[in-house]
Amino acid sequence: MSDRPAYTEFHPRWYRRPISTWWWLGKRTYLLFILRELSSLSVAWFVVFMLLLVRAVGQGDAEYQRFLDRVDHPLVVLLNLVALAFVTFHMVTWFNLTPQAMVIRAGGRRVRPSWIMVSQYVAWLIVSAFVVWLLVGA
Amino acid sequence: MSSRSAQRKSRPPVEPFLWLGFTSGGVLAALFAPILLFLFGIAFPLGWIDPPDREHLLAVVSNPVAVVVMFVVLSLGLLHAAHRFRYTLYDGLRMQHLNELIAMLCYGGAVLGSVASAYVLLTMA
Amino acid sequence: MANTIVLQVARYRPEVETEPVMQEYDVPLRDDWAVLDGLNHVKDHLDGTLSYRWSCRMGICGSCGMTVNGEPKLTCATFLTDYAPGPVRVEPLQNFPVIRDLVVELGDFMRKLPKVNPWLVREEELPVSHGEYLQTPDEVDEYKQFSMCINCMLCYAACPVYGLDPEFMGPAAIALAQRYNLDSRDQGGPDRLEVLIEPEGLWGCTFVGECTRVCPKDVDPAGAIQRYKLTAATASLKRILLPRGAR
Repeated sequence: MSDRPAYTEFHPRWYRRPISTWWWLGKRTYLLFILRELSSLSVAWFVVFMLLLVRAVGQGDAEYQRFLDRVDHPLVVLLNLVALAFVTFHMVTWFNLTPQAMVIRAGGRRVRPSWIMVSQYVAWLIVSAFVVWLLVGA
Repeated sequence: MSSRSAQRKSRPPVEPFLWLGFTSGGVLAALFAPILLFLFGIAFPLGWIDPPDREHLLAVVSNPVAVVVMFVVLSLGLLHAAHRFRYTLYDGLRMQHLNELIAMLCYGGAVLGSVASAYVLLTMA
Repeated sequence: MANTIVLQVARYRPEVETEPVMQEYDVPLRDDWAVLDGLNHVKDHLDGTLSYRWSCRMGICGSCGMTVNGEPKLTCATFLTDYAPGPVRVEPLQNFPVIRDLVVELGDFMRKLPKVNPWLVREEELPVSHGEYLQTPDEVDEYKQFSMCINCMLCYAACPVYGLDPEFMGPAAIALAQRYNLDSRDQGGPDRLEVLIEPEGLWGCTFVGECTRVCPKDVDPAGAIQRYKLTAATASLKRILLPRGAR
């Protein structure tokens, strides 16, 4: 894009403040934003974790038991605790921001933002209850 | 609509689709990740709840509907994570000069992961 | 309460300095004084060489945007007593080149704004005999919030994406594009989309949300941009799935 103004000989020098790589530590809101974005790593771990689980289940009783034993290790529990915290942070920020990002109409009128937010949490409760029932109940 | 727009570049932009994948992956991750990480990462290992025995789990994950749902959740979850992480590197760590490399690694990783998911899910029955 | 407060003001005189320096001034601390009043006191009584922009002093012209204690603010709407006992750090608006003291160069925004066609675009203008374009109150409400923008640039100062990537179109420009997209009289949506569907248009935004937080007119540019992303994505989907288009 060559529509920047050309510098003439007597054009004053403009000061451009350099932005550091650690810009996101400068403000609390920036830090929270970066943490929210880093929750993507926990989502990736969740996927990997699920694949390891499914593979262990498919390979036999011994493999499944070995998987359960490995997951019981304190470092793995800690990892999963951190991952759980991050994906929960992802969930809360995602549900809370959706009403701002979306205008939904029902019957010609705008659905109230608070309803959009609450309905997502309700959906999450239903999905979670279903998963628990599927795996533990029955 | 206007013929002017039709004459402009005909290659479809990829960003809108990446964003749609990111959004759907985000919703699915928000719905499924917390409870599954809680159960298999905390509750079962620490003995708060008895883990399901292998036969029951195998029955659940072999179910065709479950396979489809899991594949969708896992692959879109990976796409969501790849998209978000790519932008985090681009903005957070100011790696604009490596933009193409980062995009390739992130989305490439997501694609590989999805292929791996399909393989694991389909070869387990 | 003390009756004076210290203003730490960034000075930058390109003819003598290569970097801004801070200079302190003692200004009266009055209940009804905003930071702008403090700056005017400095200019009128203490140091006539201080350069800064201001105009309406009532939060509608968008001229007096500066960084106050690290936050982008309209200095006419930011009261000294809120920072008592001080000091109050006044710096030029972030993410823009500084010309002198507190004056920043806004050319980048001025060049970006026309690119989104921020005016009513009609395929065919209706004849004068047709009369006005009528709108229901609901149709006005669709875009009214986004029409409140005063181009004060606080959102650009707050947006980390714009700071890191000056090619990014930026919150106000995209929100203004959306203001016209949502206007029932407008038919220019597809042309705006052509411009904003580039990576440095809509998709550069990562929904940090800082722009909405600092906006003095509650425009909510972040919301406008996210809504626009959905519109743009579904438009792209339709273009792929229905090439001849239901138009």
